[in-house]
Amino acid sequence: MSQLTVHDPRGYPPNVIGKRLAARPQSLVGKTLYLVDCLFDNSEAFMDQLKRWFAQHLPSVDIRMIKPRESWVDDPAMRQKIAADGHAAVLGVGL
Amino acid sequence: MQLENAGVPSVAVHTDVFARLARSVARMNGMPRTRQAFVPQPVVDKTPQQLRGYIEGLDPTTKRPFMQEVIEGLSRPLDEEDLKGLSFDRSTPRLVEPGTEDDLQRLFLDNGWTDHLPVTLPTEQRVAAMLKGTSHQPDKVVGRMRPTAYREFWELTVEKVAVNAVMAGAKPKYLPVILAHAASGITARSSSTTSLAMTTVVNGPIRDEIGMSSGIGALGPYNHANATIGRAYQLLSINGQGGSVPGDTYMGTLGNAYNYSATFAEAEERSPWRPFHVQKGYKPTDSTVSIFFGGRYTASGFGPRATWKEKFIRCLTSIDHNQAPLIVMDPIVARLFADLGFDSKEKLTTWCAENAMMPAREYWDDQWVQTLTHPLAVAGVEPFASKLKAAPDALVAMYEPEEINIVVVGGETQGAWRMIGGSYRNATVLVDAWR
Repeated sequence: MSQLTVHDPRGYPPNVIGKRLAARPQSLVGKTLYLVDCLFDNSEAFMDQLKRWFAQHLPSVDIRMIKPRESWVDDPAMRQKIAADGHAAVLGVGL
Repeated sequence: MQLENAGVPSVAVHTDVFARLARSVARMNGMPRTRQAFVPQPVVDKTPQQLRGYIEGLDPTTKRPFMQEVIEGLSRPLDEEDLKGLSFDRSTPRLVEPGTEDDLQRLFLDNGWTDHLPVTLPTEQRVAAMLKGTSHQPDKVVGRMRPTAYREFWELTVEKVAVNAVMAGAKPKYLPVILAHAASGITARSSSTTSLAMTTVVNGPIRDEIGMSSGIGALGPYNHANATIGRAYQLLSINGQGGSVPGDTYMGTLGNAYNYSATFAEAEERSPWRPFHVQKGYKPTDSTVSIFFGGRYTASGFGPRATWKEKFIRCLTSIDHNQAPLIVMDPIVARLFADLGFDSKEKLTTWCAENAMMPAREYWDDQWVQTLTHPLAVAGVEPFASKLKAAPDALVAMYEPEEINIVVVGGETQGAWRMIGGSYRNATVLVDAWR
């Protein structure tokens, strides 16, 4: 059978540039942990339960709840606040 | 991952059905060792006690305690791999390795480059012929696409759009319309769990120039231009954004038949009203493509008969209020509405908005209204803030008049109309720019 030469239909992706993770604290004791409610349906209830878990099991962790202004939209001001005032963050629930 | 970039140790929590996707996104962002923890799907509709059970239970992807994943994710020391991330080149070749017709059809199917139907193979000769449909250079960048907001953009050139147009079976004279779809930057293959799909409407002289249909069966597979332009939009979206693969770059739980092809022309000459693109500020002599988001529901009827108001209200209040309708109606229906005094589309859509009401309690008890609209209401954005203040049983408007749109189409074999999920987000692209 004859051989055909055809085009690759895919577009052009950006190159992937490796990024390092942020340095970790040795423990969360005495640290400020932000729980970021990403505004998905019921994520606030999930984060509230997570806050209660920390209050019960790791009460020395200073838990602060925070939300972005909108779903699916980056909120630089929120990120700056977490970076300025927090030692770590848990984001959820969702993508 | 932006918090990690800012020096904040983070753990992202997802439900387990998104594990493959979440890890893929982390890898494509150069941070494959992003710390993640997973709970069972779903979180929606679970009680606080059930959510507490998730937190005290196991991460279903690792079978380790969920909270152990969270705490270790935040405090486990970094190793060498964590520190360097992952860099790699993903350039795609212009041509694939030569092969037989059968081998290449299999390759395209296996690589996820198709809609799972056979394609016309994009040989160099066919692509060169397709490129004669535009005056633009093959290497000109047409637009960028991604399946969702947290993915990276890929770029599409004129040549890559032409390749996908060949695959769809399109003719060169359709290429400017297909390029306009690509230039929108709006993917036809959103990865949304809601199975979002796009419907596109072509207006202006290009409709007749290339033989598009606004007549009998215009929304079905009965016209070569409609069918292949719509299919090309799907294929260029798949390939122009890095794929549409279930579990990775596609998460629509039910799927959507509009993802095969959903493009038609407006019956401008047989409508009593202004064409859609003229409503949006374009000249009648302009040729445009307009994109409508949704495709998740259809309500239908005939008429308008004596009880049309009751029928319209019943349909409008039954559909998803998080996705405004695109109302498509046969010219027979449009002319009858005009006879009833609706001498513009705007007059009828205003009537629809004023009469489509629902209790505030039901309005807010919607997953996507909660996710997308509620934060705006809390921030004081109108009209949502007022709706949030409404008593639970008070009636609130489901839509604003400008959210509802009408396009006239059909072969006048029946006075039929449909309400299709189709939010318009100012996405109209000039075809003439791509001739």
